[in-house]
Amino acid sequence: MADTPKIAIRGLVKSFGPKKVLRGLDLDVGIAESLVVIGGSGTGKSVLLKCVLGLIEPDAGSIKIDGEEVVGMRTRDRERVNRKFGMLFQGAALFDSLTVWENVAFGLMRAQGVPRGEAKARAIANLAQVGLPPEVAELQPAELSGGMKKRVSLARAIATKPEIIFFDEPTTGLDPIMSAVIDGLISSCVHDLGATALSITHDMASARRIAHRVAMLHDGKIIWNGPVGQIDHCGNPFVEQFINGRAEGPIQMQVRA
Amino acid sequence: MNPLAAIGRVFLHFLTGAGRFAIFAGRGVIHCLTPPWYPSLIGRQMLNIGYFSLPVVGMTALFTGMVLALQSYTGFARFNAESAIATVVVLSITRELGPVIAGLMVAGRIGASMAAEIGTMRVTEQIDALQTLSTNPFKYLVAPRLLAGLTMLPLLVLIADIIGVFGGYLVGVYNLGFNPTTFLRQTRDYLEFIDVFSGLVKASVFGFIIALMGCYHGYYSEGGAQGVGRATTNAVVSASILILLCNYVITGFFFGTK
Ligand SMILES: Nc1ncnc2c1ncn2[C@@H]1O[C@H](COP(=O)(O)OP(=O)(O)OP(=O)(O)O)[C@@H](O)[C@H]1O
Ligand SMILES: [Mg+2]
Repeated sequence: MADTPKIAIRGLVKSFGPKKVLRGLDLDVGIAESLVVIGGSGTGKSVLLKCVLGLIEPDAGSIKIDGEEVVGMRTRDRERVNRKFGMLFQGAALFDSLTVWENVAFGLMRAQGVPRGEAKARAIANLAQVGLPPEVAELQPAELSGGMKKRVSLARAIATKPEIIFFDEPTTGLDPIMSAVIDGLISSCVHDLGATALSITHDMASARRIAHRVAMLHDGKIIWNGPVGQIDHCGNPFVEQFINGRAEGPIQMQVRA
Repeated sequence: MNPLAAIGRVFLHFLTGAGRFAIFAGRGVIHCLTPPWYPSLIGRQMLNIGYFSLPVVGMTALFTGMVLALQSYTGFARFNAESAIATVVVLSITRELGPVIAGLMVAGRIGASMAAEIGTMRVTEQIDALQTLSTNPFKYLVAPRLLAGLTMLPLLVLIADIIGVFGGYLVGVYNLGFNPTTFLRQTRDYLEFIDVFSGLVKASVFGFIIALMGCYHGYYSEGGAQGVGRATTNAVVSASILILLCNYVITGFFFGTK
């Protein structure tokens, strides 16, 4: 990576009260690269994404998007930077006062000023990409199943054709076939649109399909990162325990019998 | 543990809260005053506050006017001042009871629903989603509600005034046997512009308070359903107290020195 990375994170620190979640995290994501972050539940993966998106103010550290520092940025500039982003929230986060297609077209209509009729047609096309028929467009989010909500949220994240897309567990709660379809969609966003993707997943099969590079978050830091092909023989005991899903190993789960 | 530290912590906590509220209110006002405005969102809030609150506010105003006429009759009869009833009804309704009762009813109805709606959006990350879609939640959620509260409450109170006086008229004429023409003339004769105007100013302030408390408590709610429930309660209670406090201050401003 000779040129400036799309996202450059240095020394990111975030605590909630006495609980230190991120402890000096460094991470780079290159242009048109798909990076997958793996790590145990509750290690701070979602917090990491929210710091990059400016939804959580980090305690210390620097985040650069296209070389531009975004930590402590003013609201106006933040909105401009956010136009480059698409985000799939872990809990879908659909607007429940709007219909499905209005959700998908929200960014098109509000941020890009696309007229209503055209936005609706594009929203229906986006819904088709995530395997949802046009009838779904007129429903309310409350009428959808969990997996359908996730897919609508995915359609909303990619509707504005953003430069950088964040996926927080895109395939959790989907059946294996639909997971493969969604993984294909994410890959095509990166390959065809040239988007940069930063994804979080627990699903190693999916990580292998979408990632160029994998980074493992543990104890508030990235403890290993490398090309997806090397993950099986990386020699890092933490990564090996995680990808093989063993209960014994260096990672101690906080459970008591 | 040092008791002074505990006091200091409580005090600091209070100051943080006050500062956060002041910043929230300031940002809300700024976004009300600067474009872009979203007419469809403002319209929906206006409909919700103005139109759908009409039955509740109308009913309370009617019964308030009725009971006012009845009470003042039994009281005033003790010193043969029954003829002042019409005046008492219209002045009490326009200056005090119209705005205060409408304010409290709307605080219960609208303040609670605003806090619940925005609070739910907060805990389900919908507000975060708004921000990532480059939409300022103050523009999209807070400003339309503040503007609707500010403009619709005076309208509601004007209608409540009329209905309240009508309630007094009903009781006066059909129950206490007053002459309808005399009752209406007495209602009109002693009523001044300032009586109605001060009531409408109060209404506007109350509308703003209701929307502000609803939005503020919703916006900062945390921790799931329980947090949203707490936000709803806090919104209604704080709006009601502030309404009564501001009512005193505004009354003092209009009528205090004369
Ligand atoms: N708003 C918050 N207030 C307090 N603590 C928080 C908050 N958000 C996250 N945390 C804490 O930060 C830690 C990391 O949370 P995060 O949501 O990032 O986990 P995660 O890695 O995404 O886990 P999962 O894979 O289960 O989604 C958790 O221990 C959580 O308790
Ligand atoms: Mg998470």
